[in-house]
Amino acid sequence: MPNDPSERTPAPGTSQRPAEARRVVVPRRGPMLVDGPVEVELEDGTVASSDRFRVALCTCRLSERYPWCDTSHRRRR
Amino acid sequence: MSHDRDALHDRHSPALPSSRGPLSAGVLALLRGEGPPPGAELAAEADPYGDDLQLALYCCYELHYRGFAGVDPALEWDPALLTVRRAMENRFLGALRQDVEVHRDVRSAVKELETEPVEGSGASWFLRDEGELRHLREYAAMRSVYHLKEADPHAWVLPRLWGRAKAAMVSVEFDEFGGGRAERVHAKLFADLMADLGLETAYGVYLEHSPAPALAVVNLMSLLGLHRALRGALVGHFAAVEITSSPGSRRLAEAMRRTGAGPAAEFFYDEHVEADAVHEQVVRHEVIGGLLEEEPYLEDDVVFGMDATVFLEDRLGDHVMACWQAGRPALRSPLPEPVAVSA
Repeated sequence: MPNDPSERTPAPGTSQRPAEARRVVVPRRGPMLVDGPVEVELEDGTVASSDRFRVALCTCRLSERYPWCDTSHRRRR
Repeated sequence: MSHDRDALHDRHSPALPSSRGPLSAGVLALLRGEGPPPGAELAAEADPYGDDLQLALYCCYELHYRGFAGVDPALEWDPALLTVRRAMENRFLGALRQDVEVHRDVRSAVKELETEPVEGSGASWFLRDEGELRHLREYAAMRSVYHLKEADPHAWVLPRLWGRAKAAMVSVEFDEFGGGRAERVHAKLFADLMADLGLETAYGVYLEHSPAPALAVVNLMSLLGLHRALRGALVGHFAAVEITSSPGSRRLAEAMRRTGAGPAAEFFYDEHVEADAVHEQVVRHEVIGGLLEEEPYLEDDVVFGMDATVFLEDRLGDHVMACWQAGRPALRSPLPEPVAVSA
């Protein structure tokens, strides 16, 4: 039951999330936020890694530091 | 204890600067143990953004960070010094409250901050396109009063936050402080950048050179960090820094690459492009969001902190560009020739 809310949120009284569940924040606009450390396998087979506490993954594909967000998604005036 | 006082003075602390007017002369005399504190009326009359008040205030605040060589650390809580400091803070904060145009709410303030001009006119744009190494050295020297304290005054807000806001603020601070690795503390990365540029890396060395607008940026964060009553503004200030940092850092990284400044100089700004793209998201959603969930009445303060930060950063940018366009140094005194650095 992948959509069962009990599998997505910790049970009451537990102090932390299950070790295997990592929550990813996916906003409508802007980068996807993932708790680090992460390894990102790119199309050409290379792996980008970061041990930051959280990483911002580019979703607009405009980043010059892809796969990491460099705020290139922002509106310009 | 007094016979041991000299032993308590930190000999690695920076030297006291030269005074820039009656107010700073009075504060410096008190710090040297040579006189009574200046009267509060001097603060009320001083230019709130001028060299005299900004240096005097900076020196009062420095006692809360690293102090000065030969200055009694107990002066940090000296009632007479705190009285004149309060008068200076009132003058500075009063001017900001009057001069800063504030947005209606956090949403509109953030929206404007994250809209990037296609072609800007600030120092980072100039440095990217045509800055020479001498401009980069000046910029780094005057920014060192800020970057060598990077994230320090923001730690003062931690006991005043709760829940989501606190947890998120700590995560960002942890990243600023190198994620547990001394060599990756952002202030250390900036010292490495300074070494690449042939600048001295010791804390506080370029206070003497730094013009009032560069000190005002630091004094704002110290002011907001030290006063619990201003915790909303401190959070807003931090958000403004994090939101604007990533694109600005990208331009400065390009400037470092184009001029061949060196690998550490490039790395400092490259790291800030990535780190601050993350911090921005966390500060906006978790720190501001969490704080306003707990204390919704602080929204006006958050907005004030954001707008006051932009106001003072713009004043610094205007100062730097006016000097460079007129062919003058933006510092108060010329930098010595690059120093050779070992490791």
